[in-house]
Amino acid sequence: MDYILAALVGVFVSLGIYLLLSRSVIRMLIGMTILGNGVNLLIFTAGRVTREVAPIVPGGLDVPAGPIANPLPQALILTAIVIGFSMFSFLLVLAFRAYKSLDADNTDTMRLAEPENAPQPPLSY
Amino acid sequence: MTQLPQAMIETATSAADWVLVLPVVLALMGSAALLVVRRSNRLPLLGAVLVIVAIIACEISLLLRIVSEGPLSMTMGKWLPPFGISLTADLFGAGFALAAAVVTLVVVLYAEIDREGNDGKDGFHSMVLLLLAGVTGSFLTGDLFNLYVWFEVMLIASFGLIVSGSSPLQLDGAVKYGFLNFLATTLFLLALGLTYGLLGTLNMADIMLVAPDANRAAMTGIAALLLLAFGMKAAAFPVNAWLPASYHTPTPAVSALFAGLLTKVGAYALLRALVAVLPDSREMLEPVLAVLAVATLVIAPLGAIAETHLRRAVGFFVIGGIGAILAGLSLPDVIGIAGAGIYIFHAILAMTALYMVVGLIEVRTGASDTRQMGGLYAASAPLSILFFLLILAVAGVPPFLGFWPKLLLLEAGVADAELGWVGSALVVALVINAILTLIAGTRLWSHVFWRNGPEGQPASGEPMPLVAPTPRVRLAFGAVSALVLGVVLIGLWPNPLIEVGQRAAADIVDPGRYVEAVGLAEVEP
Repeated sequence: MDYILAALVGVFVSLGIYLLLSRSVIRMLIGMTILGNGVNLLIFTAGRVTREVAPIVPGGLDVPAGPIANPLPQALILTAIVIGFSMFSFLLVLAFRAYKSLDADNTDTMRLAEPENAPQPPLSY
Repeated sequence: MTQLPQAMIETATSAADWVLVLPVVLALMGSAALLVVRRSNRLPLLGAVLVIVAIIACEISLLLRIVSEGPLSMTMGKWLPPFGISLTADLFGAGFALAAAVVTLVVVLYAEIDREGNDGKDGFHSMVLLLLAGVTGSFLTGDLFNLYVWFEVMLIASFGLIVSGSSPLQLDGAVKYGFLNFLATTLFLLALGLTYGLLGTLNMADIMLVAPDANRAAMTGIAALLLLAFGMKAAAFPVNAWLPASYHTPTPAVSALFAGLLTKVGAYALLRALVAVLPDSREMLEPVLAVLAVATLVIAPLGAIAETHLRRAVGFFVIGGIGAILAGLSLPDVIGIAGAGIYIFHAILAMTALYMVVGLIEVRTGASDTRQMGGLYAASAPLSILFFLLILAVAGVPPFLGFWPKLLLLEAGVADAELGWVGSALVVALVINAILTLIAGTRLWSHVFWRNGPEGQPASGEPMPLVAPTPRVRLAFGAVSALVLGVVLIGLWPNPLIEVGQRAAADIVDPGRYVEAVGLAEVEP
């Protein structure tokens, strides 16, 4: 199971990076989401995939009765999902606003901050 | 009945230890409170100043305690480390946090310059405090995942600040800034997942103990990923393109805050993660670090020389400073690390001040391109003096603040030169960087202040007309002058700083006291 998940993480990350290399902002956004999900899956796999029970300590005991699943990766992933989602939504709105006011969803035509016909370096002094 | 190992903290944390977490708590709560009163006329500024002064007071007492007692740690949620999340401060962390708070205070006063008639809907002060919370948290944390969370806090606050105003120029800059920084933190998270899978812990002190037994190749892979992620945040060559594309788009106050704080947090994370936490992997990556340092040192000031946009040119100085810090990371003895750390401290103060002076020039001339400026010296001598002092400080001319860390770096480089090519290459690159930065900076100064008038206009002999200073501009000028005075004074009496820097570096090179402070030392068999 670990090997399948590890291969899936590899597919997700390479797909995400491939899409991020695109010039279209929407493709880059999709690439970002896929990359983020690949990373979340990686943390999940890194916590070891087992068939154990949920980490609940029965009443009257100090320690769980048997082996339990590792709860920490799930806490990490939950944090990462929430943060990743909020960042993604911000970038989505930003891309929409940029499209409306710059009339560009292609990074090649977004040249306001770095004009294409940049002035020559100053020659005096 | 099995004997349970101690896992919980039974006693309450002593009140004195709260100075460690208070700076972050105050900043977060202040940010929330100011959001409520953001429409009020004077409350946001007043509240922000009060909160930051309180944070500075906490951080001074924290720093004094660390100087006398060594690193300080506090673990959250009553779980003992490595299970609970530790905030751990050593001299570098606390010192940078203090510098960050001081700089933020100056920027908040300076920002009044372009808040005339602003109804406060943008929540500027609230976001500045949130940014400060993220930066302070990154400096004080002792847990890698917690560092990731503080990075994201810092990132979302900086997103808000960079688009505030929503001009097309800002949206363009924000798209590039946003995508590349989000990608950097995602790569950092990727490295975290691999670290957890390999070591089963994310507490920095715990990683220091278990990493030497782990697979060396895998650990070096993780360290390389961390180098890419933090290098991207710090704008090191070759992943620096987002900085000159975005840092000139927001208001000057926001630019100044970003230049002082954000890239330095990336550089500090590199210092912490590679030198203190994963020293074996850093050793394997040393040639890479040295090449990156040399390239950043040489290429950045060349970019500044070729640039006519004033704030973009200054952005290249910020990148050049990152090169000096990387040089320190490639020279891992106490002197080299002390040089890198003191350089971060210097850059937090000097880069912010430089951006603020440039902002004043833009406000007074109404232009942002050096081709439209000239002859400002006759119109405003104080402004030209401030700019010139900061150029000297950034280039590292004695006796200014930038000189001392570079001297330490050169000393470490010369000592290292006998062992291989790294030391000699870095010494040459540092000297070339200083000369090129000086050329770029003095050319900027000559173009803006010294020549008779803007490009293409016949010299009339009349000083360039300036916008008359309003009370807000005077306040901003006073705030910048105070910061520049601080930079000059620390440069004139650098002994305490160098001494503290060397003690801090000793704790980074030999993290025994750090691990002990977290409370993990006795776990070792």
